[in-house]
Amino acid sequence: MLADQDRIFKNVYGFQDWGLTGAKARGAWDNTKSFIDQGHDWIIEQVKASGLRGRGGAGFPTGLKWSFMPKDDPRPSYLVINADESEPGSCKDREITRHDPHLLVEGALLASFAMRAHTCYVYFRGEFIRERERFQAAVQQAYDAKLIGKNNVHGWDFDLYVHHGAGAYICGEETALLESLEGKKGQPRLKPPFPAGCGLYGAPTTVNNVESIAVVPDILRRGATWFAGLGKPNNTGTKLFQISGHVENPCVVEEEMGIPMRELIEKHAGGVRGGWDNLKAVIPGGSSVPCIPASECDDLTMDFDTLSKAKSGLGTAALIVMDQSTDIVKAISRISYFYKHESCGQCTPCREGTGWMWRVMERLVKGEADKSEIDMLWDVTKQVEGHTICALGDAAAWPIQGLIRHFRPELEARIDAYKAAHIEAAE
Amino acid sequence: MPKKLIVDGNEIEVEDGITLLQACEMAGAEIPRFCYHERLSIAGNCRMCLIEVEGAPKPVASCAQTVNDLRPNRDGSPNVIHTKSPTVKKAREGVMEFLLINHPLDCPICDQGGECDLQDQAMAYGIGGSRYHENKRAVEDKYIGPLIKTIMTRCIHCTRCVRYMTEIAGVEELGLAGRGEDAEITTYLENGILSEMSANVIDLCPVGALTHRPWAHHARPWELKKTESIDVMDAVGSNIRVDTRGAEVMRILPRNNDAVNEEWISDKTRHVCDGLKTQRLDQPYLRKDGRLVPVSWDEALGAVAENLANASGDKIGAIAGDLAGAEEMFALKELMASLGVNNIDCRAPNEALDPSNGRSSYLFNSTIEGIDRADAILLIGTNPRLEAPVLNARIRKRWRAGGLSVGLIGEAADLTYAHEYIGAGPDALASVASGRHMFAGILRQAKAPMIIVGSALYARPGASALLAQAAKIAQAAGSGIEPGHAVFNVLHTAAARVAGLDLGFVPTSGGLDTSAMISAAGSNNLDVVYLLGADEIDMSALGNAFVIYQGTHGDAGAHRADVILPGAAYTEKSAIYANTEGRVQMTQKAIFPPGQAKEDWTVIRALSQRLGKTLPFDSLQQLRAKLFQATPNLQRIDDIGPHGDDCLGQLANLPGSAGDQPFVNRITDFYLTNPISRASAIMAELSALKAQKQATGQLRAAE
Repeated sequence: MLADQDRIFKNVYGFQDWGLTGAKARGAWDNTKSFIDQGHDWIIEQVKASGLRGRGGAGFPTGLKWSFMPKDDPRPSYLVINADESEPGSCKDREITRHDPHLLVEGALLASFAMRAHTCYVYFRGEFIRERERFQAAVQQAYDAKLIGKNNVHGWDFDLYVHHGAGAYICGEETALLESLEGKKGQPRLKPPFPAGCGLYGAPTTVNNVESIAVVPDILRRGATWFAGLGKPNNTGTKLFQISGHVENPCVVEEEMGIPMRELIEKHAGGVRGGWDNLKAVIPGGSSVPCIPASECDDLTMDFDTLSKAKSGLGTAALIVMDQSTDIVKAISRISYFYKHESCGQCTPCREGTGWMWRVMERLVKGEADKSEIDMLWDVTKQVEGHTICALGDAAAWPIQGLIRHFRPELEARIDAYKAAHIEAAE
Repeated sequence: MPKKLIVDGNEIEVEDGITLLQACEMAGAEIPRFCYHERLSIAGNCRMCLIEVEGAPKPVASCAQTVNDLRPNRDGSPNVIHTKSPTVKKAREGVMEFLLINHPLDCPICDQGGECDLQDQAMAYGIGGSRYHENKRAVEDKYIGPLIKTIMTRCIHCTRCVRYMTEIAGVEELGLAGRGEDAEITTYLENGILSEMSANVIDLCPVGALTHRPWAHHARPWELKKTESIDVMDAVGSNIRVDTRGAEVMRILPRNNDAVNEEWISDKTRHVCDGLKTQRLDQPYLRKDGRLVPVSWDEALGAVAENLANASGDKIGAIAGDLAGAEEMFALKELMASLGVNNIDCRAPNEALDPSNGRSSYLFNSTIEGIDRADAILLIGTNPRLEAPVLNARIRKRWRAGGLSVGLIGEAADLTYAHEYIGAGPDALASVASGRHMFAGILRQAKAPMIIVGSALYARPGASALLAQAAKIAQAAGSGIEPGHAVFNVLHTAAARVAGLDLGFVPTSGGLDTSAMISAAGSNNLDVVYLLGADEIDMSALGNAFVIYQGTHGDAGAHRADVILPGAAYTEKSAIYANTEGRVQMTQKAIFPPGQAKEDWTVIRALSQRLGKTLPFDSLQQLRAKLFQATPNLQRIDDIGPHGDDCLGQLANLPGSAGDQPFVNRITDFYLTNPISRASAIMAELSALKAQKQATGQLRAAE
């Protein structure tokens, strides 16, 4: 269990002052100038050495991502922070932005400096109205205290703009977010070119998750080795876990990477409703990753590599816990509906496939299908996965794949029951 | 730097920057696609062009990735691409299945049937059946104007139409609204699209979502005879394909010619074909007791011959119209010469263009392709959007690429690209000519400047002086430019004009020009006026002259005529035209002229025999042999012939005074510019729609 002194987010529950005074008391904005004095590349090296992997879901090494930014480009560089937290189950960025906003502001300054960017945009989810107001207030405090802005005390001109989205899930995809930020319709761009080469307004851009940026000041303050010493090799540091669903005490909690899932649920969330044996399945990383059945959960640790070996993913570390009372087919069907609803409609497999998958899922909920349709549905998910412009197609396919992989008998039983109940009387 | 690739086992070397799709095609592999189009931006949304690149984790959309994007192999060996592998086949089948699940299988009643990309590619790359058993999506049809019929359920969301309207036509009217399954192509307010180039989206649409409204359910593509021809609605000479069934022109489609129209045509070019069937002159008429009555060819030609024979040469005038082919103008010129007539002209009243100033004094010397290289364009007395929409789209294309400054002198207009409005009349012209205006500096510094003068400049009293001033601007701009680039350009509005000027259909040895002929006729100094399809002059000013009208439609000329000799329209004869840049092109005979109408040169040949001045040719080949002898450059089809800036010195010294009246564009109604378009119901509908939009403020008057 993570020791209290190793916590980065000390005010995640909002019990203390979120403002500058409180943040400073908790260590924020301490010695920031000295990091900047050590140069752009030193920061990137520190982040690389810390082993920090992106907290938005894909787990791409953050330091490596920063190093893709061009060093001497006539175009301005931009840092864009993705606060469009819309993944069902995820609620960590919200806690950071409303309770520990100064960690993000400071991280934004340091990350921007590392990438030679003078401008940073924070793109807020449309529904995050209070969060945006709170964060904006924190940004204003930082401006007033000359911590950021032109001619600030850190000697690196830096402007931070808060942008409020309109509430589309797809705008959390980094290139769709850039489109939306530019004032266009939020549709993902084709990659390549990647944002580091041609991003916001055609200039080099890095898009990072809120948590990835907010942990940077502490990494620099306490040293990369401290961060790398937490968690497991290649899955270092601390992480905000979000536990929801059928647990006694749903919560957001900072823990070490690689904590056993069972420990996480039992220690922090009060355990599964009705006891560990009442567990049916867990979706470990937000709605887009495949679910894991209870039988595989006992020894599972919560980190990128272990979960991808279990054919799932850490994602945003948003655990959705489902006990035996859950209609898992209906749950996955609801997720399918979400992706059908949020598909941007740009590319064919996602536009047409998400609706098809959802419709079949709806019938499977009732059992009103043929058993061969399970294989067909699997095939359709494979036809969507990997064939789309962005990862929304994958995100729509994976939950269904997880369902079929682990709960096929339940699907078949439902079909049998439906058939039995609908046998037509012989003449 | 050239790069090596291995496509399906064949090693090829490709140039930097091309897309994988292009590279695969160079290697001989066929890549299916829906959203990709060479002339539009890349959307990469249909996912039909997926290919397999060894080392890439997922199939790659080949239209959207360039060869430079490929990560080099560690050992430096060329990248390996598969276009026929099981993965690719599976990916294509998957995309095809997705496209078809919500596409209505109504091919038997779909006008796209037979020329449908979806149909063809489903045959080639799809699987036999569908596994989709849910209900299909239905989408409400949208009204987007009289030309484009929409059946939006068929739409596959490739967004070609959206990109075309935004990028090429420059009218941001179409868009993809909504998201996911509910995404729809729409005009937001279901407004009719009024771009002069809108109907090209029908060709771009890979399915039957956008089809020709006037052509709806009239014929199947495979029933049609296809004739490759040339358009005469403006002086661009767009390359077209005339599709006919029996004696009827069913539709007109563009042909690709990168030097002229790329693959676009204007709405007028495309949809004027219903005008070829109405108001046609299909037999000779003779005015008896004030009324035109049908007569035989014999009687009509007899009356013409009698009047011509009775008049002395200086009392006869001949005017050729905007749609006349080179052959009939040549025949008429020869006939008039044999009658001792000097009063011949092919130009509109007050047009100051004169072959005696050199051929390049009346040509679009930069060439249409040259627009792609231009970095500064000064438009004087023209609205190319209405006078030559396809050429205007070319300027827009150049403008979109960046680094082009455009200046406009004349009537203010929305040209679909940003431009500096300099002024309305000769004073603005003078301010650029004298170097006072800043645009003169832009022209001087430009490496490939263009001066484009339109009919509002060269067709008005005292136009010579204005031409001289434009030539001086061109001279000043022409120093220090790229070698081989010509600066001075004349934008014609009539398809017939350049060939007419080439073969010298202008007053000979002191003869009268068009305006002089009209006023002479009005004051009874001309006894006979021969109108070869000339309708754009003031017929009421012709006084008591005996008017012979040879043409195709019951338009202004026919109403005034004393004798009507029915001729053939451009789809009904093989005729030579030279476009505004001097490019010689030939129309082909797609159908026969209606009724007793004859190809025009044969009428003149028959008349010459009646007059006892038989012209020395009995066939079109013999006529052309004589024509080519007299005007050799007309022989070289698809060649521009001599052009350049060599005439500028002569033009700059033209005398005269122009006054200070502002320039007035010749074309006020784009849809009704010649007898064929004025006979077209569709053009009339569009014209009325546009007038209504202008009246209600949805369009500005100049648009």
